[in-house]
Amino acid sequence: MNKNVIPVGPFHPLLEEAEYFTLTVDGETVVDIELDIGWMHRGHEFISEQKTFTQSIFLVERICGICSTSHPLALVHAIEDVDNIEIPERAAYIRTLIGELERIHSHLLWLGLAGHFIGYDTVWMWAWKYREPVLEMFEVISGNRNHYGMMRVGGVSKDVEPAKISELAKNLDMIQTKLEMIAKAVNDDPVLKSRLKGVGVLTKQAAIDFCAVGPTSRASGIPADVRKTDPKDAYGMVDFKVIVLQNGDVYDKLVLRVLETFESIKIVKQCLDKLAENNSPILNDIKEIKPGEGIGRYEAPRGEVFHYVRTDGTNRPIRHKVRAPSYVNIPTFQASCKGIPIADALITLAAVDPCYCCTERSLKFIDINHDPLKYDLLKISREKTESFRRQINGL
Amino acid sequence: MKPEFVFYLLVFPGLLFTSVLGLLIGWVDRKVTARFTYRVGPPLFQNFNDFFKLLGKETIIVKEGVHSLFIVAPFIAFGVMVLISAIIGTALFYQYDLGADIIVVMYLLMIYSVMIILGGASTGNVYSSVGAGREIKLLLADELAFILICLVPIIKSGYQIKLDSILMAQVTNGAFIGSFSGLIAFIIGILCIQAKMALTPFSIPEAETELVEGPLMEYSGPPLAFWKLNQLMMYVAFPFLLILLFWGGFELIGIGILWAVLKYLSIVVLMIIIKNTNPRIRIDTALHFFWKIATPLAFIAIILAVFGY
Repeated sequence: MNKNVIPVGPFHPLLEEAEYFTLTVDGETVVDIELDIGWMHRGHEFISEQKTFTQSIFLVERICGICSTSHPLALVHAIEDVDNIEIPERAAYIRTLIGELERIHSHLLWLGLAGHFIGYDTVWMWAWKYREPVLEMFEVISGNRNHYGMMRVGGVSKDVEPAKISELAKNLDMIQTKLEMIAKAVNDDPVLKSRLKGVGVLTKQAAIDFCAVGPTSRASGIPADVRKTDPKDAYGMVDFKVIVLQNGDVYDKLVLRVLETFESIKIVKQCLDKLAENNSPILNDIKEIKPGEGIGRYEAPRGEVFHYVRTDGTNRPIRHKVRAPSYVNIPTFQASCKGIPIADALITLAAVDPCYCCTERSLKFIDINHDPLKYDLLKISREKTESFRRQINGL
Repeated sequence: MKPEFVFYLLVFPGLLFTSVLGLLIGWVDRKVTARFTYRVGPPLFQNFNDFFKLLGKETIIVKEGVHSLFIVAPFIAFGVMVLISAIIGTALFYQYDLGADIIVVMYLLMIYSVMIILGGASTGNVYSSVGAGREIKLLLADELAFILICLVPIIKSGYQIKLDSILMAQVTNGAFIGSFSGLIAFIIGILCIQAKMALTPFSIPEAETELVEGPLMEYSGPPLAFWKLNQLMMYVAFPFLLILLFWGGFELIGIGILWAVLKYLSIVVLMIIIKNTNPRIRIDTALHFFWKIATPLAFIAIILAVFGY
C-alpha cells in the first residue's frame, strides 16, 4: 500500500500558531495522526514563579491572546482559594461580565476561522465583523481591546461606570440581532450542513477516555461545565443553561458554540442589570497570602482551565502550574480523525478550537547520543514536587 | 496561413484581448468578493501589478522531480488557453471558423487540466501530488456532464459541430437558453465551469487551508504568474463559450453592445456569487454531485433537445 505523510505544520494556513501534526494518509484517507508539541514553549510557569502575585496575573493574561481573561480568572481563583478570600458582589458581576463577553468574541472568532478552513470566506468575514462591536465593548469597559488587565486578587481593578451601562446594553442588543441573522444563515445552509454533518465524530466514550473538556465534550453529550458544577463569581447568581448536544460531530460543535453565544449574551444582560442597581466596592484589599496551596478553575471558551498555586507566605508563588483546555482536547484527534478524508480531518483539527500556545507547558527531553528516553519526565516531576514539599515543611 | 489568423491569435480575440480582459475581470472578482465580505477591495490595476511583479521574481526550482515538465506545464497551458479563447472569440465576434470545432475545444480544455496535473505531480511535493490527484478526480467528475451539455446545442442546431454554425442557428431560431433543454444545460454548464476553474465550492484541488494551493504550491516567479494569468483568462473563455453555445452570441451594434456586456458580466457575477456563498465541498461529494445529479440532468436535457423542447 502506498502511504504518504502529509505534514500539517509547523507553519500551515490551517494553524494560526506553530504546531506540528503528521497525517499518514492512504490516498485521501487519514490512517494515523501524530502530534508534536513544543514549538511555542515560553516558560510561563517558571517566569510566574519569579514574579509577585499581581505581576503573575498580568503575565498569565499573555498566555493566550484570545482567552486572555480565562487564565487570570483561574489564577485569582487559585490564589483566593489559598486563603479563602471573599470578593465583593459587584466585583463578582464584573468578572462574570468580562468572562462571558470573552466567550462571545472567542466563539465568533472560531466560527469565522471554521468558515475560512472550509473555504467559506464570507462566513469568516461576517463573523469577524460582528466580533468587532464586542471588542469595542471591552474597550469601553476596560480601555483595552484584548488584554483587559481587569482581574486582581480580591476583586477587579476597574469599575464599570453606571453611565456607560445603557450604551453597553444597546450595543449588546445590536450584536444579538446580527448574531441571530448569522446563526440562521449558517443553520439553513444545506451545503454547509452536508459538509459538516457526521464529520469527525467524537463519541461519548472517547470523550470520556480522553478527558475532553468544554464545547468538545458538551457536543459529545457530556454536561461538563465548571460554571454550573463549581460556580464561582456571579455564576451562582445568574440564570443560564448548559448547552449539551449528542452527536459529537463538527456540525454539533458549531451549533453548540452558536447556542452558547446566545446564553452568554443572556448572562451579560443579567450582569449589566445587576451592575446598574448595585453599588458596592469592587476590590477587597488583600495585604498578604498565607502559606498553602490553592486550585483555581474557570470555564474558558475552550473548556476548563486549571491553575494550581503553592505559596510560602511571601508575595510570590513558589509553584504555579497551568493546565489549559486544549491540552486535553488536542489528543482527542486520535479518536476523531482516523479513517476520514483529509478534508474532513483538517476541519476536525480546527473544530476543538485548539489554542496551541496555551497547550505548550512542557518540553521534551531527548538525549540524541544515548537512549532517547533517558530522562523520565514523570520522575523529574515527582522529584521537583518532593523538593517543594521538603522546602515548605522546613526540612 | 492567412495573415489575419496571426491577428486573431495574438491580438483580438486571442492573447492580448483575453489576457487584458481576464486581468480586468479578475478585478471584478476581487472587488465583488470584497464587497460581499465588507471589505474595500483592490484598485483597478491590482492584477496587472501582481502579474508584472511576479514576472520579475526569482523562479525557485525544487531539487526533486522532473524539472522540464515543471517549467513547461504553465506555458503549454497558457498556449492552450490562448488557442481556446481565439477559437471561441473568432466564432463569437467574426462568426468565422478558425478551422476548429467544439470537439477541439473540449480536447484543448482537457489538455489544460492535464497540464495542471503534470505540473503539480512533477515536483514530488506531497501537497502538490495530493492536489494533482484531486484534480484528476475532479476532471473525471465534471468532464462527462460537460461533454453532455455541449451535445445539447449540437443537437438543437441540427447536428452542427462547428461553432459558427451553432451560433448562426441561434441567430435565425432564437437563443437555445429559451428552451427547456437549453436552460437545464446552461445551468449545469455554469456548475461545470465552476469546477473546471476550481472555484469554490469546487476549489478542491487548490484548497488553500488544506493543501496550500495544491498543484501550484512549488511554483514561483514567472511560471506562477502564468498560472494565475491562465486562471483569469478562463474567466473570459468559459463565459464566452456559454454565451456562444446557449445565449445567442453578441450583437455588437448600438444597444447590442450594452447587452453583450450585461450578458457576460451576469455570468461572471453569478459565478462569483456561487463562489462566495458556498463552502468548499469534499471530493466525494463533488463526484456524487456530478455523477448522480448533474449527469442525469444533462441526459434529460439531451432527450428534451432530441424531442425539440
